[in-house]
Amino acid sequence: MFEAIAFYLFAFLTISMFFIAVTTSQALHALTALAAGMIFISAFFFILGADFLGAIQIVVYSGAVMALYAFGMMFFDTTRDIKEKKGNSAIVFGLSTLAAILIVVIFAAPMVSGTIEALYPVVEGAGNTQQVGLVLFTKYLVPFEVAAVMLLVAMVAGIVLAGKKMDLSLTLMSDDEVMKLKNEQNKKVLL
Amino acid sequence: METAYLIETVIKVVVILLIFSALAGIGTYFERKILAFMQRRLGPMNVGPYGLLQVAADGVKLFTKEDIIPTNVVAPIFKIAPVITAATAFMAAAAIPFLPQFTLFGYTVHPIVADINIGILYILGIMGVGLYGPLLGGMASANKFSLLSAARGAAVFISYEVITGLSILAPIMMVGSLSLIDFNEYQSGGIGDWIVWSQPVAFVLFWIAAFAETGRTPFHLIANDHEIIDGFGTEYSGMRWGLFFIGEYANMFFISFVIPLLFLGGYGDGSILGALGLLAKMSFFFFFFLWSRAAWPDVRPDQLMWLCWKVLMPLAVINVVITGFVMMF
Repeated sequence: MFEAIAFYLFAFLTISMFFIAVTTSQALHALTALAAGMIFISAFFFILGADFLGAIQIVVYSGAVMALYAFGMMFFDTTRDIKEKKGNSAIVFGLSTLAAILIVVIFAAPMVSGTIEALYPVVEGAGNTQQVGLVLFTKYLVPFEVAAVMLLVAMVAGIVLAGKKMDLSLTLMSDDEVMKLKNEQNKKVLL
Repeated sequence: METAYLIETVIKVVVILLIFSALAGIGTYFERKILAFMQRRLGPMNVGPYGLLQVAADGVKLFTKEDIIPTNVVAPIFKIAPVITAATAFMAAAAIPFLPQFTLFGYTVHPIVADINIGILYILGIMGVGLYGPLLGGMASANKFSLLSAARGAAVFISYEVITGLSILAPIMMVGSLSLIDFNEYQSGGIGDWIVWSQPVAFVLFWIAAFAETGRTPFHLIANDHEIIDGFGTEYSGMRWGLFFIGEYANMFFISFVIPLLFLGGYGDGSILGALGLLAKMSFFFFFFLWSRAAWPDVRPDQLMWLCWKVLMPLAVINVVITGFVMMF
């Protein structure tokens, strides 16, 4: 009974949070609702007994939405409403409804056919965390490593993009050197 | 069975809430007294014997003060931000075993609200969510210094979460479990079994990161001290500001419980002596927070980032790699 109550409560909370995130024109409201929705989703993992995935959902998405806040801080005055450019709302509404139905059909189709077979059945006696590890490092090893390489590429690219004057560290420089650097920059501005 | 479990859980939740809300208040008294003694002052002396009732006076003030919502703030976010800080601090406490199990009137009590098998991950995750409080508070205030403080706080928290995660990875590999009770069992053989002897680097890294996670003094960048302004809390008044305070102190107490449980043997074999030992260790780590506040100035933000990414993170990674090699061969 508790599971049912928890499920409907968190289903309602999640959907209403994402509804706010989509419909509001206030950047701070949208971001906060998105973060709250992501955290409420973890409740479903906990209800299903997948504690590890639930905690990972909280850890990963609270950090990810935090990065969105940083963008919000840079691009908008987050205490004001944003004037949105609204296109043809009928097309937007129609396309998003179609996309939602398509996703439900794609995920529901294999279940309806009823020929699903668990190729990697649950290992007896292994805990929740161990089970994730077992599947991740046997069946899904290649996708896991590919994802790791992709993240590494993104990280290197980010460092190259942001890393101008990375060899200089204000912390390690003496005061004279810092002043010299400052004067040089001021000269450039004056020229 | 089900009903008994439900009642037990509700009682435990209420007891933890009451004890740690009160402790947060008394914690401010300790902080003021210890800082005062270290700076050759007396601290609060006038309200009650040795100023002990100062806590009550502060409480009355916080509860009765007018709750001002300034004109240009984003009201709903501004109002909910302090609640996030306080609520997540107490939610994190759900997976902490505060004492060994004991028998009361023939009924065995486990002083942990939920013994989930991912305890430490849950605690750190929820504490990470807690930093939304300062961030949202700063961003919703129509105040440039609050916004600066929020941005700086978010940068510090995100950076040091990496250190926290990587530093406890090595002990987790040794214990093979994420539950704090399993950590305690692993070290229950006495002082020689403590993880701190085999993982001294991880211990120091986690301890340093704890200061950043709770926003305490060497890393207290969320308050803009050089602008003589209280960072994200500038626009807050009354009980909402008090909630930020309760959240911060509750977090300090909980992290002071987590450090001994992870590295210093926790409550040992579960005897009364072991339980007292855990409380003593917890008190030491709480005292150390206050001690370092009296002894050290804040570091600069760029120094903090340099320390995190160029010193602590490589150390943590090397520690994990070496632990892995030692465990394999």
